[in-house]
Amino acid sequence: MEHILEIKNLRTSFMTSNGEVQAVRGVTFHVDRGEILGIVGESGSGKSVTSMSILQLLGTTAVIKEGSSILFDGQELTTLKKKELRAIRGEKISMIFQDPMSSLNPLIPVGKQVAEIIKEHHPDRNKDELKSMVLELFDRVKIPEPKKRYGAYPHEFSGGMRQRVMIAMALANRPELLIADEPTTALDVTIQDQILKQLRELQRESGSSIIFITHDLGVVAELCSRVVVMYGGLIMEEADIDEIFENPKHPYTLGLLRAIPDIGQDKSRRLTPIEGTPPDMTDPPKGCPFAARCPYARNICAVKQPEYVQLGEGHRSMCWLLDERAPKENNPFVV
Amino acid sequence: MSDKNMLEVTDLTKHFQLKNKKQVVHAVDGISFSIPRGKTLGLVGESGCGKSTCARTVIRIYEPTAGRIVLDGQDITDLSQKQLKPLRRKMQMIFQDPYASLNARMVVRDIIAEPLFAHGVIRSKKEAGDYVYPMLERVGLTREHADRYAHEFSGGQRQRIGIARALVLQPELVICDEPISALDVSIQAQVVNLLKDYQEEKGISYLFIAHDLSMVRYVSDEVGVMYLGQMAELCEAEEIYRHPLHPYTKGLLGSIPIPNPKLARQKESSGMQGDIPSPVNPPTGCRFHTRCPYAKAVCSEQAPCLREVSPGHQVACHLY
Repeated sequence: MEHILEIKNLRTSFMTSNGEVQAVRGVTFHVDRGEILGIVGESGSGKSVTSMSILQLLGTTAVIKEGSSILFDGQELTTLKKKELRAIRGEKISMIFQDPMSSLNPLIPVGKQVAEIIKEHHPDRNKDELKSMVLELFDRVKIPEPKKRYGAYPHEFSGGMRQRVMIAMALANRPELLIADEPTTALDVTIQDQILKQLRELQRESGSSIIFITHDLGVVAELCSRVVVMYGGLIMEEADIDEIFENPKHPYTLGLLRAIPDIGQDKSRRLTPIEGTPPDMTDPPKGCPFAARCPYARNICAVKQPEYVQLGEGHRSMCWLLDERAPKENNPFVV
Repeated sequence: MSDKNMLEVTDLTKHFQLKNKKQVVHAVDGISFSIPRGKTLGLVGESGCGKSTCARTVIRIYEPTAGRIVLDGQDITDLSQKQLKPLRRKMQMIFQDPYASLNARMVVRDIIAEPLFAHGVIRSKKEAGDYVYPMLERVGLTREHADRYAHEFSGGQRQRIGIARALVLQPELVICDEPISALDVSIQAQVVNLLKDYQEEKGISYLFIAHDLSMVRYVSDEVGVMYLGQMAELCEAEEIYRHPLHPYTKGLLGSIPIPNPKLARQKESSGMQGDIPSPVNPPTGCRFHTRCPYAKAVCSEQAPCLREVSPGHQVACHLY
């Protein structure tokens, strides 16, 4: 099977005292074996909730709704029992987060924590074997002086180092899929650069697939082969990496590209922000979630959600402007 | 209006004593720069470079360990907090965290009016509206927002409230401490444009602190790159991007991911090695020598001075 992961019509909501927060409202996409897929979106887009739904890491108020399907290597994850999910987490599917400190126990030396993860899935190994496996991992993620660092505590590591430990932990059991949720957002740009290079190398070596969640289009351009752009709990556009930058076919994607600075470009270009703010997910907009901020919106946009239009191999977009009946004036997608 | 600089900082130094040990954090060590009226200096650098400490020392939230701060021709380095108070009308600050920098128990009107009361510009709540409403509109919010609490707004909107509060006294210098880092990218551009437009209108100066080199370019006339408490390079904004001289600046620029996949594939590996050393024990000589691909013997022995190597372009490096 080509797709290591296949998500169909995923809907995830949080049942809060303020009402139902519809974080993910019908998301369908897949991840191929050995590819790095980028999920791009801003606050409230649903990108993090989508990825956390895969491993069911959301809190008790979260509900993955009826009709959602998450197929991993042909196996349906939404109906698995806790024990079966645990066997998959950290072994077949691993995850790393933005803040490594929240995943590391401050009271236990780092080496021991990594060893624990390996032991969970390889109970037959003895202490010495586990230790040498950990040291080998530290070496792989280029942690300097690995023997010394084995006994060190998380607070003795810098942010970048901790993230390397997280990557080591995530890769410890050679997962088939690694989900990385904004792992470099909180890091300095020079450290981010090192971590991204490392992820690329490790991915090439191991052949694991990666879902990389970020708001940074620059990171996406450097790392990913395909991109999914999310907004308001839905996928706006999906395309190959070159396509999305050269031939974007959604006003939100266009807006993002215009709003970000490009160090390679001339300063004369003034940044064009996207006016307005993201929608309230307790009361999601009826039609297209981006309509309120879209400079090209028509009357129908706020009323009825558009259908996806297929635009060539692997490229689709959800926008009324692409409909054959769409008017030509003020339409950036007219050929 | 005189032609003297709005702000002149000379050899600014700020050290922090560590509580338990005899060690000292060399947060800022001999920084000098000036900002003319109506212009923006962008101060960039990574964790531990001292840019935020520098900003807070300039505004006297921290007391300088050494150096001079001259605001609009007046030496404010040794003034007492009481003497400083009237001058604070001229110098205001916008903070990084739009969630922590607004009082959760005050409605927006009161948040923006607070500086007006503090400086005796108004004495009763009735007068607040005359200042607050135009300010709200100026930052892209509405009068209706005045009666709401901060938690009812998004990050970007809260930052606008923070900006309104900073500008309501019509200051001449605003220190922006990473005002956009916590915001979504599409909103960052809104705030940057707002700040720029206001500057064009009123001729105010900004000290704009950021770690995002690519965003700083749209806001700054001059850019200073800091590393471990010192100024590595200081020049006109475009120069930094076109002709970076300091190896750290080059490494920094090379690390920024380019939102262009074709260029990204062609880009040679120009990132940086190693981690940022601790400001408690900064490396000897040039503080960057431990990570510098061009380091020579002299680099670990002698700290280079910040010198002008071409008109308007200063760099602290033994290569020049």
